[in-house]
Amino acid sequence: MALPVNYVVRNLWTRRVTTALTAGGLALVVFVFATVLMLDAGLKRTLVTTGEFDNVVVIRKGSETEIQSGITRAQAAAIETHPAVAIGPDGLRVVSKETVVLISLKKVGAAKPSNVIIRGTSPAGVALRPQVRLASGRTFTPGSTQIIVGSAIAKGFEGAGIGSTLHFAQRDWTIVGVLDGGGSGFDSEVWGDVDQLMQAFRRVVYSSMALRLADGADFDALRADVDTDPRLTNEAKREQVFYSDQSRALSTFINILGMTLTAIFSIGAMIGAMITMYASVANRVGEIGTLRALGFRRSNVLAAFLLEALLLGLAGGVAGLALASLMQFASFSTINFQTFADLAFSFILTPGIAAKTLLFSVAMGLLGGFLPALGASRLQIVDALRAA
Amino acid sequence: MRCAPADDVFILSLILRNAFRHRLRTLLTITGLTVAVVAFGLLQTVVDAWYAGAAAASSTRLVTRNAISLAFSLPVNYENRIRGVDGVARVARSNWFGGIYKEPRNFFPQFAVSDNYLDLYPEFILPEDQRAAYLRDRKGALVGRQLADSYGFKVGDVLPLRGAIYPGTWEFVVRGIFEGSDSTKVTRQMLFHWDYLNERMRKTAPRRADLVGVYIVGIDTIDNAAAASVNVDALFSNSLAETLTETEQAFQLGFVAMSDQIIAAIRIVSYVVIFIIMAVMANTMAMSARERTAEYATLKALGFGPRFLGSLILGESLMICFMGAGLGLALTGPAASAFKEAVGGIFPVFEVSGTTLALQAGCAVVIGIAAAIVPAISAARVRIVDGLRSIA
Repeated sequence: MALPVNYVVRNLWTRRVTTALTAGGLALVVFVFATVLMLDAGLKRTLVTTGEFDNVVVIRKGSETEIQSGITRAQAAAIETHPAVAIGPDGLRVVSKETVVLISLKKVGAAKPSNVIIRGTSPAGVALRPQVRLASGRTFTPGSTQIIVGSAIAKGFEGAGIGSTLHFAQRDWTIVGVLDGGGSGFDSEVWGDVDQLMQAFRRVVYSSMALRLADGADFDALRADVDTDPRLTNEAKREQVFYSDQSRALSTFINILGMTLTAIFSIGAMIGAMITMYASVANRVGEIGTLRALGFRRSNVLAAFLLEALLLGLAGGVAGLALASLMQFASFSTINFQTFADLAFSFILTPGIAAKTLLFSVAMGLLGGFLPALGASRLQIVDALRAA
Repeated sequence: MRCAPADDVFILSLILRNAFRHRLRTLLTITGLTVAVVAFGLLQTVVDAWYAGAAAASSTRLVTRNAISLAFSLPVNYENRIRGVDGVARVARSNWFGGIYKEPRNFFPQFAVSDNYLDLYPEFILPEDQRAAYLRDRKGALVGRQLADSYGFKVGDVLPLRGAIYPGTWEFVVRGIFEGSDSTKVTRQMLFHWDYLNERMRKTAPRRADLVGVYIVGIDTIDNAAAASVNVDALFSNSLAETLTETEQAFQLGFVAMSDQIIAAIRIVSYVVIFIIMAVMANTMAMSARERTAEYATLKALGFGPRFLGSLILGESLMICFMGAGLGLALTGPAASAFKEAVGGIFPVFEVSGTTLALQAGCAVVIGIAAAIVPAISAARVRIVDGLRSIA
């Protein structure tokens, strides 16, 4: 016969302060654990939604990022005419030849400027990214010095609202719209007309090309042709692969840092749970003896104390998770080590993360409570009764 | 009740015995404190390491870069014009090379620099014969001690790099290894001849030749820094490549600022660990005090005042904290060295500062006092009759 759950819950309730303090310590660890996972999930989602499955990015071989890449006009023309490239309703190929550079802008409240990606593109380039919508204002007119800014830029940087002008490359650029990239990396970019920007930056080569495949299965053929064509020194990557490659360093960094911290902190919290459970056992030696004398088995006592530890862990887990879920309202922006530009992303709580977090908190409680519970179940009836 | 000197010894031994009455609990608490103090120290040191580049920067060096952003270069002919500005003693060229050694994860900075570059960096010490050998070899390269140690580079090694910004495979020969003048100097970098880079770019991509990433400008006295910066920038205002000149320290802080939210997160988290351990410690003290309610009532019945009981509890809390913190402080140094080894050169400078040690000790005192407050007050307030009646 098992001990009733009610008995276990009441035991925790009797020692409210101790229970709250222990669960509080656990909750803080759980909070750190969950926010790290949420941050990584946010980063991944940002970069995955930046890429479309049927889209391909072409850059110079070995350049890794668009900033470092260069594609000559002749190369761009050769790639554009590849049969795998889709043809749009207007009869033109769905290709955007783009120039991508960094400019420094000042973040709100920061003393130092941050790097921001400015992308010279075309109406075809806008059409290639269906997740990008205009949040307000209008899009830039081709051939003009108008620009549109990503929603994270409009929010996070000084003087980046509609109607203001940015001065760089000896010209004033008027902001005419704010684009909503749907949580993608485009939210952290500034877009303008490719020819105007190339002229202003004195560039004669494009940085990269984005194109849509007529059929997603043609990708391998396109890549092989780009690799073998002696005129081309380029490489083609699926857009999703390209963007997730770009976040690998940042993602690894966040994960290593976060997991190291969680590992160290969980030691502290487990010790806290262990202390509480040892005390809980020590205070109830007589009670345990009575229970055993009444006919409850060692396994029943072990189960009851383990359940107590588990509930303690769960209480901490739920509190920590509740705290972490508030982080969904915050957003995070930092430099992406690979592109060297600022990237804004948010904390995302997925059911998977919630499950992992609760599992982690319960495991901490159980690990902390195991030894004390074992000790309680090993007590001799006579000794225990005498201790009371 | 007044205490004679002999009583102090008595109180101390009472506190010590109380502290170790539950040996297992106290040992667990001390272990927890030690872990927390070490973790706090490591996190603070990580933040310090982030600023190492800026901390080591000289205030007599300015950095002139393109005003648009670092991704844009400056024409090579700016060098002579900058040299003509009042207060400027030396000008060196430096281009970020961004090559990949075998795999992208083997990241270390490489700069193509003019031959007078090391004159501006007296903190990098290079043997005279190695310097001569470097100057003689067009493909020669210099590597810092920290870099040489992490990849096992030796003088005479051939170092192939795959260019990400400058296309192609580039081969260098290690001609010298420079040391930092002290352990706070970052020597995890590679330097090679700017002319080697430029000649090859002239052949392969003439439009990208004769361009300089940044100019390192040496000024004669610190007082001239502000004026020289303004004068350099004024020289090129409204030109195709406008410049932005700032002190090396400001330049380095610009990089730190780009990841400021990560640093802020690490800072917050380092205080969270203190809160966690405060909860653990407060719990220990609350439990101990609760179990001893009857004892405290007895002491009160014997005539000991509330202040005595309070200091008994505070003393016990502080004693446990000091033991944990002392152990933690002693372990922080070795832990930092182990951490530095484990992360493999991400942080070339990883030294526990005096401030960090002081903060660790300060936190221990705060934890000790905070954990004792509630139990001490409730022990002081307990009524003798209730206390004697209570069962833990």
